[in-house]
Amino acid sequence: MTNLLSLLIWLPIAGGLAVLFGTGERNTAASKWLSLGIALATFGLCIPLWTGFDTTTAAMQYVEHANWIRLGNIEINYALGVDGFAMPLIALTSFTTVLVVLAGWEVIEKRVSHYMAAFLVMTGLMNGVFAATDAMLFYVFWEFMLIPMFLIIGIWGGPNRVYATLKFFLYTFLGSVLMLVALIYMGIKGGSFAIEAMHKLPLEMGPQTLIFIAFFLAFAVKVPMFPVHTWLPDAHVEAPTGGSVVLAAIMLKMGTYGFLRFNLPITPDASADLANIIIALSLIAVVYIGLVALVQKDMKKLIAYSSIAHMGFVTLGFFIVFKLVGANTHAALGFQGALVQMISHGFVSAALFLCVGVMYDRMHSRMIGDYGGVANSMPKFAAFFMLFAMANAGLPGTAGFVGEFMVIVAAFKANFWYAFLASVSLITGAAYTLWMYKRVVFGEVANKHVAELPDLNKREFLILAVLAVMTLALGLYPKALTTVMEPSVQHLIGCGVQSKLQTVVEGVCR
Amino acid sequence: MPMLPELFLLAAACAILLIDLYVGDEKRTLTYGLAQLSLVATFVLNLQNFGAAREVLYHGMFVVDGMATLLKAGMLAVMALVLMFSRDYINQRSFHRGEYYILALFASLGMLVMVSGYSFLTIYLGLELLSLSLYAMVAMRRDSTDGPEAAMKYFVMGALASGLLLYGMSMIYGVTGSIQITEVQAKAVEILAAHPDKAALLTFGAIFLVAGIAFKLGAVPFHMWVPDVYHGAPTSVSALVSSAPKIAVFGMAMRLLPETLNSVLAQWQLLLTILCMLSIVIGNVSAVAQSNIKRMLAFSGIAHIGYFLLGLLSGTAQGYSAAMFYILVYALMSVAGFGMILVMTRAGFECESIDDFKGLWKRSPWHALMMMFIMMSMAGVPPLVGFWPKLEVIRAVLDSGLPHAVWLAAIAVLFAVVGAWYYLRVVKAIFFDEGEAPELQTAGDLRLAFSIAGLSMLVLGLMPGPLLALCAAVFAS
Repeated sequence: MTNLLSLLIWLPIAGGLAVLFGTGERNTAASKWLSLGIALATFGLCIPLWTGFDTTTAAMQYVEHANWIRLGNIEINYALGVDGFAMPLIALTSFTTVLVVLAGWEVIEKRVSHYMAAFLVMTGLMNGVFAATDAMLFYVFWEFMLIPMFLIIGIWGGPNRVYATLKFFLYTFLGSVLMLVALIYMGIKGGSFAIEAMHKLPLEMGPQTLIFIAFFLAFAVKVPMFPVHTWLPDAHVEAPTGGSVVLAAIMLKMGTYGFLRFNLPITPDASADLANIIIALSLIAVVYIGLVALVQKDMKKLIAYSSIAHMGFVTLGFFIVFKLVGANTHAALGFQGALVQMISHGFVSAALFLCVGVMYDRMHSRMIGDYGGVANSMPKFAAFFMLFAMANAGLPGTAGFVGEFMVIVAAFKANFWYAFLASVSLITGAAYTLWMYKRVVFGEVANKHVAELPDLNKREFLILAVLAVMTLALGLYPKALTTVMEPSVQHLIGCGVQSKLQTVVEGVCR
Repeated sequence: MPMLPELFLLAAACAILLIDLYVGDEKRTLTYGLAQLSLVATFVLNLQNFGAAREVLYHGMFVVDGMATLLKAGMLAVMALVLMFSRDYINQRSFHRGEYYILALFASLGMLVMVSGYSFLTIYLGLELLSLSLYAMVAMRRDSTDGPEAAMKYFVMGALASGLLLYGMSMIYGVTGSIQITEVQAKAVEILAAHPDKAALLTFGAIFLVAGIAFKLGAVPFHMWVPDVYHGAPTSVSALVSSAPKIAVFGMAMRLLPETLNSVLAQWQLLLTILCMLSIVIGNVSAVAQSNIKRMLAFSGIAHIGYFLLGLLSGTAQGYSAAMFYILVYALMSVAGFGMILVMTRAGFECESIDDFKGLWKRSPWHALMMMFIMMSMAGVPPLVGFWPKLEVIRAVLDSGLPHAVWLAAIAVLFAVVGAWYYLRVVKAIFFDEGEAPELQTAGDLRLAFSIAGLSMLVLGLMPGPLLALCAAVFAS
């Protein structure tokens, strides 16, 4: 199929509109089944996407190109395409949507059709973010996505949802407006908004630094990196389970994806220049936020902080490449690790949020102190929860281990202390995850509500089982993923991050 | 015949004025229908001028060119939308009188003359015809206290602005000895070449022209009347005052600044830069503090004028086309914004506060969705239409070669974030807050007008290409 990517974007959006205006609130059962059908169909489209993907090239695939708008002498194109970075993320997005639809099945009581429609529309927009190869198209999807998420948190969220969602929106909006200026600047300079043209655009150090900062603000807020991470715990805690899952599994990845697509290849010299700062911020995220997670009383908040710490590994993996000049295998390893971490965190954090959601639906509390001895009443649940907690702590054999290990190995080559500090997370990660697990699941049955908890129903079992399979599969056979990414990683290391300042630019890359 | 739209509208307005005398209060809808019909007919007549060569009539007093034609089309469309929004509102408030429509038609005529005026005199005539009609409309609700007070302020401030404008024109006449736009332009260049010391006098005139224009646009620091007038006027009149006349003022500004005084471009660019930055900063920050939605929209309008000036001050063809695109989109958004308030009101209830919107989503989801489109469009979130003019003016200013252009752009976008905050507050009230907002029972045409306005935010946002191309084509040569 030639317009597979368009389908992946527009099918869920059209489906969302069909749910909103077609079946609507009058027939909520039909709305749910229709949403599930659309989500499954979207995910189904990812199968030909993955199997038809050429793993020997770093070039964009499934390319689509159409003129959209003309601004003077610059064109904004409806240009789509995926490489080894974007394709797995699109698959992850479509996969997560199925889970989110299922997770909201019985739990959402008010305005189910609006809820489902918002998620479906958002899926299309997120796929658009990953598939866009035109910077302005990317920006449109990037900003548009805020609207459904804003509504999802604000309408279906917890008690403090309004504060959280406004904070979420404004933080992200603040981050991205300067990116717009940078994009327009480069559009004028190069006469094109194609991201690839921006990669090749020669830029002096001064503009590079400013552009780097503009992009950095946009993406660092989204990742989120220390110290602009404070919106995330609020948003996560207040969002409905589905919202937390999408935030953790997909939206955070957009920040790191932005680093890959924009910061590193467009401003390689500024990136190299400022790599120390980014590495320092990443290590602060890994160590300090790990300690912050340790003292949380709210399970969702704990997982939110753990997300920040895990995303620190991703940015660390990206930016140590500048400390590994001449050691390309290690640089590649760090990159691969960061990329695997992105996907694995998508599974593990989604699973953990769903686990908390399962308990919250029964007890209407997220506080660790309200639980204890859950294993007695919910043995099946406890087993799943165990697996995901272990994966979050980085147990070998699970998805959580692979990425962190690869990044740490690469970091060793760069600097012993980077690796040392990054490894601390293996201790703190195990500490906060397992300590939470112990307090919630083991021990005496805390109160009579816990004693009466019913175990997983079929729907919940199915969701968690699928995620468990994915977590183990990625942990045991990460090669399936790394093969797909390999050419793109090599291309980025070989060309993308090479200096733009040297006069000799006629290499293999250009 | 290039002047046919104006002639037709004049004849139609006079005819309707007479017909209205013989129409009883209960059949006032006839006047409404005729007024709409004449706007549509004028629109169609104006379409014939599209693509035609530029024509200067009456010894250089009147011009029909691409800019005038496109601006007229925009103003007439916006006016028709405003009247659609007005009918039910004024009907419920028992000032459903023929004068309302007739004054609206004369205001439209004034606007058409303004953008086609090619000498100081015709431009001023158009402006006064517009302004006098508007003063009367603002005061139309005689039984309320706010309306006449607002009209009084508007009148005094408007007269002051006209005075400033005339003073500037007389200065320039003093230097060049002409009031015809092209002659002034040519003479100014000539005189400056011969006597460079006369630049001061021309600049002096330019300052007053800019001040007059800024008054009419409502740019800071000439903005004090804006919140009071928008707040005090009947809401349907606020929708009118805040929208189409701004398009006309853009036309006037184009005639008076680049087409007349390009020789002192750098001087008025600097003035506009100051006005622009002040409007963006003060407009956005003041809007945050408003709890009255009409005042909030007024301050948001001031901020929008700031962004619009960003295009105008670029001083390039691209900047002018960006400013034109901005003002057309702004007029539409502003009508839609006041339209939000109009659909909320009903007999005996005026929607004033943002709190009145609380919980609307639960009872009127369609209206809530449209309102979200409008607010997000004003905030400049893509893909809604409000994003594209912001993009265009930023592109224009970055491409203008002005010193510090990057910083102008950076300040503009950072204050857009402040702007997002108060628009989101309305969305929050509609969607997140529990409240008593009733199910809306709006008249059919009002509902239609509102849906057109709301959906156009999305549709124009997804396909801004044609309008952009039209604006660019005007200034291409």
